[in-house]
Amino acid sequence: MVKRMSKTARREAIEGFIFIMPWALGYLLFRLGPLLASLYLSVTNYDGSSTPQYVGLDNYQYLFAQDPRFVDSLRSTFQFVAGFLPLSLVIGLAIAVLMNQKVRGIMMFRGLYYLPSVTTGVAVALLWSFVFNKQFGILNAILDFFGIEKVGWLVDEDWVMVSFVLMALWGVGGTMIVYLAGLQAIPTELGESATIDGANSAQRFFYITLPMLTPTIFFNLVTGLIGAFQVFENAYIMTGGGPNYHTYFFGLNIYFTAFRTLQFGYASTIAWILFVIIASLTIFVMTTSRRWVYYASEK
Amino acid sequence: MSVTHRTADAPAIARAKAVHRHAGMKTLRRIQVGFTYVTLLIGAIALMVPFFWMVSTSLKTLDEVQSWPIVWIPSKLMWTNYIDVFDKIPFARYISNSVVLAAGGIVGSLFSASVVGFGFARLRFPGRNFLFFVMLTTLMLPTWVVIVPHFMMFNAIGWLDTFLPIIVPAFFGNAFFIFLFRQYFMGIPRELEDAARIDGCNTYQIFSQIFLPMSKPIIATVAIFAFFYYWNDLLYPLVYLQSQLNFPISLGMRMFQTAHWGDTDYPRLMATAIMSLLPCVVLFFSFQRLYIQGVVITGVEK
Repeated sequence: MVKRMSKTARREAIEGFIFIMPWALGYLLFRLGPLLASLYLSVTNYDGSSTPQYVGLDNYQYLFAQDPRFVDSLRSTFQFVAGFLPLSLVIGLAIAVLMNQKVRGIMMFRGLYYLPSVTTGVAVALLWSFVFNKQFGILNAILDFFGIEKVGWLVDEDWVMVSFVLMALWGVGGTMIVYLAGLQAIPTELGESATIDGANSAQRFFYITLPMLTPTIFFNLVTGLIGAFQVFENAYIMTGGGPNYHTYFFGLNIYFTAFRTLQFGYASTIAWILFVIIASLTIFVMTTSRRWVYYASEK
Repeated sequence: MSVTHRTADAPAIARAKAVHRHAGMKTLRRIQVGFTYVTLLIGAIALMVPFFWMVSTSLKTLDEVQSWPIVWIPSKLMWTNYIDVFDKIPFARYISNSVVLAAGGIVGSLFSASVVGFGFARLRFPGRNFLFFVMLTTLMLPTWVVIVPHFMMFNAIGWLDTFLPIIVPAFFGNAFFIFLFRQYFMGIPRELEDAARIDGCNTYQIFSQIFLPMSKPIIATVAIFAFFYYWNDLLYPLVYLQSQLNFPISLGMRMFQTAHWGDTDYPRLMATAIMSLLPCVVLFFSFQRLYIQGVVITGVEK
């Protein structure tokens, strides 16, 4: 009996490995392998055609001590993350709470709010570059209506990050829909019994809804963090990193360094720094999550 | 006397209070609903402004685009802008390239995610939880840290300027899609599987004849996600493709934009953008429910 059990178990294990094989191969070939390769490249000079030249920590030293573009990337990226992420988390939640009510036509609103987050890419970046156009853009026309002077949304160093945050917030529907799902998973009995106990709606929100929603907030925080650090397309299409490197995000820096100036070694150095930043922030958020994320169904 | 009086009236007072509270609740509810509508409406209008601007611009003449105060609605709708696009750029070619990329990406994603998802959800093997965790950690691995080695690898095997570097990796699984399938498969009752085994089905048959036919919602969800991804992606085509005839629409639009740098042909550019977004918008509205369901699975169950 025991022998037969172990035989079926072994068979199942072998089948299991066969089924996950595509991913396992892909992991070695397209994830772990390249990750280690780029770690190696990050300590070399390599132009793509000759053999990589080992230079020790020179690249890292140059990056931290001398490269002005690294500072630009650091500033642009962190400014964007700091501007976009908190707003997206708060506004997304506020809209989701409104959307969670059972009123007529709410499905249509959900669709409309969600739509911008499925239209992405070059088309949308082009669209926004004309919305933000200083001379003929619709945004300045609306401001003009209220007597406000033209703003150089994409050409003014002080405004360009505001524009990127605004544009990113246009896609807040993506965050909203996840919150909405989280809200709908909260059992209604909790709110009802709290009402009987005399809790008002603000109390219900802060003492029931919000704690029950922490796993969803956590999810939005982590995915938002990872996504916001990797912006590329919009800056590539709309500003090319300008004005004066004020939107020279890490993605842009790595792309230009690797594929324009063909410094594959140094591009890998920058990429590894980005990876370390994302990984450490994600791990940091995950470790603190034990303190503030509440799982109702904790086993 | 007073006691009897009070007892007699008590139910009436309670009733009156209840009616009063009910009326109060009703007004409150009305205010709340009104507030919801007004806020949502203002937000919706704000969100639709860019779309309005895109459509309006695409129907203008070059002169109307470059005028201040701006022209909200063009005096004459220039539908020919949409036709001109086909002459100005190889638009049909771009679209067909995008279709090939998206189709390849969808097939590859569905194959790998369903198979691997089944493995993680339904088969027990040593190290399963650890490997699943490893898979999830790849979600935070930035594309940027692997793109140079990817480029070198595909260059070495002579795949540059083909669709292979974009489509082939799809067959090796994407952590997000695998996660979706795994969550879905975990929800299918084990009794079904046991019954099938008793009837003599092997694992492969259980997967293909029981699980897959039951998985239409998740198949559709992943297919839509994959479509959006491969249809819109700029970075990989930008890195891997060189000849213009191989460009998908994302890269083609970028070419169109830079070809007239400084004096951008916004009307035709917007016409191109609208036509390239149209499949996404149509897909979204026809499968809204499914699509949102997919987001729900990822967001809530993690």
